[in-house]
Amino acid sequence: MKAKNASKLTFSTITPNAGLTAAADKSRSDIIGEISASKMKGRGGAGFPTGTKWNLAAAARGNQKYVVCNADEGEPGTFKDRVILLDHADLVFEGMTIAGKAIGSSIGIVYLRGEYTYLVPHLEAILARRREEKLLGKSIMGRNGFDFDIHLHMGSGAYVCGEETALIESLEGHRGEPRNRPPYPVDTGYMGEPTIVNNVETFAWAACIMSKGADWFKAIGTDKSTGLKLFSVSGDCAYPGVYEFPMGITVRKLLESVGAADAKAVQIGGASGHCIPAPEFDRTIAYEDIATGGSIIVFGQGRDMLQIARNFMEFFVEESCGQCTPCRDGNVKLLEGIEMLEMGECSMSYLRELESLGETMQLASKCGLGQSSPNAFLSIVKNFKEEIMGRLP
Amino acid sequence: MSNTSAKDDKFSRAPVSQRPMVVPTQEGGIGGQVSVTIDSVDVKVPLGTTILDAARSIGIRIPTLCYHEDLCIAGVCRVCVVEVEGQRTLQAACAYPITAPTKVKTHTRKVRQARRHIIDLLLSNHYGECYTCSRNNNCELQSLAKEYGVDFFRFGHPTEPRFEIDDSSHSVIRDMNKCVLCRRCVRTCIDMQEVGVLEAVYRGADTRICTFQDKPLADVICINCGQCINRCPTGALRANDPTDDVWAAIDDPTKHVIIQTAPSPRAAIGECFGLEPGVPLTFEMNTALKLCGFDRVFDTNFTADLTIIEEGVELLLRLKKALVDKDPSISLPQFTSCSPGWVKYIEHFYPEYLPNLSSAKSPQQMFGAVIKTYYAQMHNIDPKDIVCVALMPCSAKKFECNRPEMTSSGFKDIDYGLTSRELAKMISEAGIDLPKLHKSPFDDPFGTATGSGVIFGATGGVMEAALRSVIEIVTGIRVEEIFEHADIIPVRGFEGVKYAELKIEKVGPVPDLLKGLFTDFNWLLGATLKVGICHGTANAKKVMEDIKAGGKFSQCHFIEFMACPGGCLGGGGQPIPTSPAIREARARAIYAEDSAYTVRKSHENPDIVKIYTEFFKEGPCSHLSHHLLHTHYTPRGKYIAE
Ligand SMILES: Cc1cc2nc3c(=O)[nH]c(=O)nc-3n(C[C@H](O)[C@H](O)[C@H](O)COP(=O)(O)O)c2cc1C
Ligand code: SF4
Ligand code: SF4
Ligand code: SF4
Ligand code: SF4
Ligand code: FES
Repeated sequence: MKAKNASKLTFSTITPNAGLTAAADKSRSDIIGEISASKMKGRGGAGFPTGTKWNLAAAARGNQKYVVCNADEGEPGTFKDRVILLDHADLVFEGMTIAGKAIGSSIGIVYLRGEYTYLVPHLEAILARRREEKLLGKSIMGRNGFDFDIHLHMGSGAYVCGEETALIESLEGHRGEPRNRPPYPVDTGYMGEPTIVNNVETFAWAACIMSKGADWFKAIGTDKSTGLKLFSVSGDCAYPGVYEFPMGITVRKLLESVGAADAKAVQIGGASGHCIPAPEFDRTIAYEDIATGGSIIVFGQGRDMLQIARNFMEFFVEESCGQCTPCRDGNVKLLEGIEMLEMGECSMSYLRELESLGETMQLASKCGLGQSSPNAFLSIVKNFKEEIMGRLP
Repeated sequence: MSNTSAKDDKFSRAPVSQRPMVVPTQEGGIGGQVSVTIDSVDVKVPLGTTILDAARSIGIRIPTLCYHEDLCIAGVCRVCVVEVEGQRTLQAACAYPITAPTKVKTHTRKVRQARRHIIDLLLSNHYGECYTCSRNNNCELQSLAKEYGVDFFRFGHPTEPRFEIDDSSHSVIRDMNKCVLCRRCVRTCIDMQEVGVLEAVYRGADTRICTFQDKPLADVICINCGQCINRCPTGALRANDPTDDVWAAIDDPTKHVIIQTAPSPRAAIGECFGLEPGVPLTFEMNTALKLCGFDRVFDTNFTADLTIIEEGVELLLRLKKALVDKDPSISLPQFTSCSPGWVKYIEHFYPEYLPNLSSAKSPQQMFGAVIKTYYAQMHNIDPKDIVCVALMPCSAKKFECNRPEMTSSGFKDIDYGLTSRELAKMISEAGIDLPKLHKSPFDDPFGTATGSGVIFGATGGVMEAALRSVIEIVTGIRVEEIFEHADIIPVRGFEGVKYAELKIEKVGPVPDLLKGLFTDFNWLLGATLKVGICHGTANAKKVMEDIKAGGKFSQCHFIEFMACPGGCLGGGGQPIPTSPAIREARARAIYAEDSAYTVRKSHENPDIVKIYTEFFKEGPCSHLSHHLLHTHYTPRGKYIAE
């Protein structure tokens, strides 16, 4: 079941448990200091500085803190977390254990996407082995008071449950709906206790940073976007698969590496990301330019952009949790607009209205899903206006 | 940062996101102040105040829809969004606690555009016509559309209903075509009432509010309290309205149409006519009812007094059997049974405790039984020609009067339950300007009521009334000598759960009325009477769980339960809107009316004395009174068969 390219990942070169060994004798603030110094931002998409998050949770008062690994991987076109869990689960668990020590938590939970149920025996076996090797459980590596264990929790197929507060609701057994923020999970999370939620990849890199040092990580990438990042590449390209690139890579360079130099456009960041047309291929993939959780979907010259927009909007109409008005009803209106465009029945003025509705959704929705759901529609309307207007039914 | 677990309340079943927000505050920040600038007005507010509350405190109105003062924050409609400096997205003012100095703008272009879009989106799914709607002119969606100048349906407007109207319930009708998914009803039912009949189901555009397995409301564990109606911003929830039938009875010359009016509607109905809350219109309403064409207007307070006697004597009998006869089959504490919302709640949630429930009927039902027997005989009217209408603050009363067991007179004891809102509509329809009317007394023979009957409308009122009579009957001392002005303050007030004790230091002779039941009260000498009071079924749940766990309330002798917050004055049939301040104003009106009465104790009511000498000759809790004034209950449980 080895995934393509996986052996080329930096993760394969890391000495097992070197990071954990280093962390075991460090103080909490030294661990967090190292992670902060690496300037790593979360690999799940939102790009929040990981060190800051851990620091807030470490400082928060609570009876039982939690470390949650977000393995819900629901963004269309993302599959790098699955590859990491398949080939480098040890590194993820190691990162979680380090996080546990850093924030003062003894319980880790992996929230695993329902469709990844087949990974459970594999992951459970690794967890069992780590317990045997004293890398999990009581007195890890013989260090008194270093207690941490991890269990798996299955998701049940809602994209929105990847959003960290909806994930927590789901963990607690409720309907998966995002919460109001503030308060944030670092303060009031799972069971009302301080909780960090990080992406699978974030934990893996955290283990690498503890092993190889913040300076090594920081030296890669750009000033604002440090380090390496995994990308899930799919669509109209010669070599789809999981790739590792430094942050700050241009879209063009990435497309060339995957055999898609002549792409018409590329969707970066999945359904909630942006559709980048060929003239903008010199932009960079970095938090300061085009941010992404790692999903790259390539569209070849023959693709119908309106069809693509329809595809994404159908996804959001389906996946909105239905809680807030702009997202629940707005996505329906955008989809209806696409249908009108397909029929050649959408006036310029109504299209402008829909664009401003898109802006409202970005601004007024309760969570990241609704805030980003109009992105694809808006960028396609902006960049491919000629192609989508004035169609005949 | 401090952290209070949102799960502290171990009884709550509501999801965390739908429970009261726990605001994180800076270390030592409790009680601290933080400065906020709203539309260039500077103000200092307590740390953790929401933007909405801060804005309201300086007279800046931010529109809301899913927000309700009685409920925890949902933050779902997004109508209240504002710009907060430093935030990329707009923030929901109702859900945003201010924990650091903040600059807020409440009506920028982005904000106005977003609000307008949100209202347009809501209307694009809203099937309903204002003219034919129960909430015409009292609808928050309608007001928003007006305030934000909606002049056309930008995103369309449905022309076909999507859902069938659920009118299975005697009490609450659901028309989900008008639902805006604000979830106030869900939060009301789960948080405030701990019943949990309503929940959001499905996702995205398919989201809707649903009962268990989409069953009709009549077939689920709804307790009919109607609190959801009072908090629904639109006409999606309404009471089952019998006014057409009532008009038909009035129009029928062969019918003798009687209306009894409960204490709470009179304290609130003025709100339907533009008056401030808390202006009682008791006697103006009597005039209006006569003008509408009712043949007789009676005061439910009469049977409230009768309830106090029956229920109080039942309590004394239970106490004697338990304390003197050591009868182990006696269930204590005794629970009040006058709130049909509470009765249905206990039938569903704690059926094993039904023996604790007083067998006395509610005042409404006692009145019906008395009218169709005693009154019919007295006036030589065939009871089949009598139509009994009950003006109540309550939607559960509609269910209660339709209970099959409520026919002890040989007829349906009460034919129709009418709410305050429905009567206001009838009064308007009759072209009557209620606040301007002259005053008229209640009709005899039940014209004399007491203050004790009036205070049934407020939480703690039944207990206070019962104590006023029980204390005097047992001790022979005038209550005024124990509690100044006979105001039993410890049982008053809006605290969710209350507890009080009273030591019986002296006993008096048994009054004539009870000579058949007791020889003396010496067995009560030195005993401490313990009572409990709660309102809102979430509080009822707390008390019941305490009893189950053998806590303080299991040691009580008598507990008053009211299904609605604040008691009946906050009932599901009362004028909309409702809020803590409105309910307090209504309570003030009720207690003011009580102090104005010359007779303030049920057992001193001459009409009560008369009915026991003329009709219930064997006295309280006797054979005839059991037949007409007492009832039995149905253990229902939570799982209802197909
Ligand atoms: C609709 C939605 C779906 C999301 N799905 C995921 C996901 O599948 N995996 C993930 O790691 N983060 C997801 N996120 C981001 C999380 O909310 C959160 O920011 C992230 O788990 C934080 O981890 P990081 O800081 O390590 O990136 C999603 C966010 C939104 C709004
Ligand atoms: S933006 Fe969408 S997914 Fe997020 S809370 Fe609102 S309806 Fe739910
Ligand atoms: S719910 Fe409100 S907006 Fe809708 S029809 Fe009724 S009054 Fe009109
Ligand atoms: S029924 Fe009324 S209260 Fe309930 S969600 Fe719909 S509009 Fe809101
Ligand atoms: S508390 Fe009053 S209004 Fe509420 S259900 Fe009971 S009787 Fe009706
Ligand atoms: S009133 Fe604030 S989100 Fe609805």
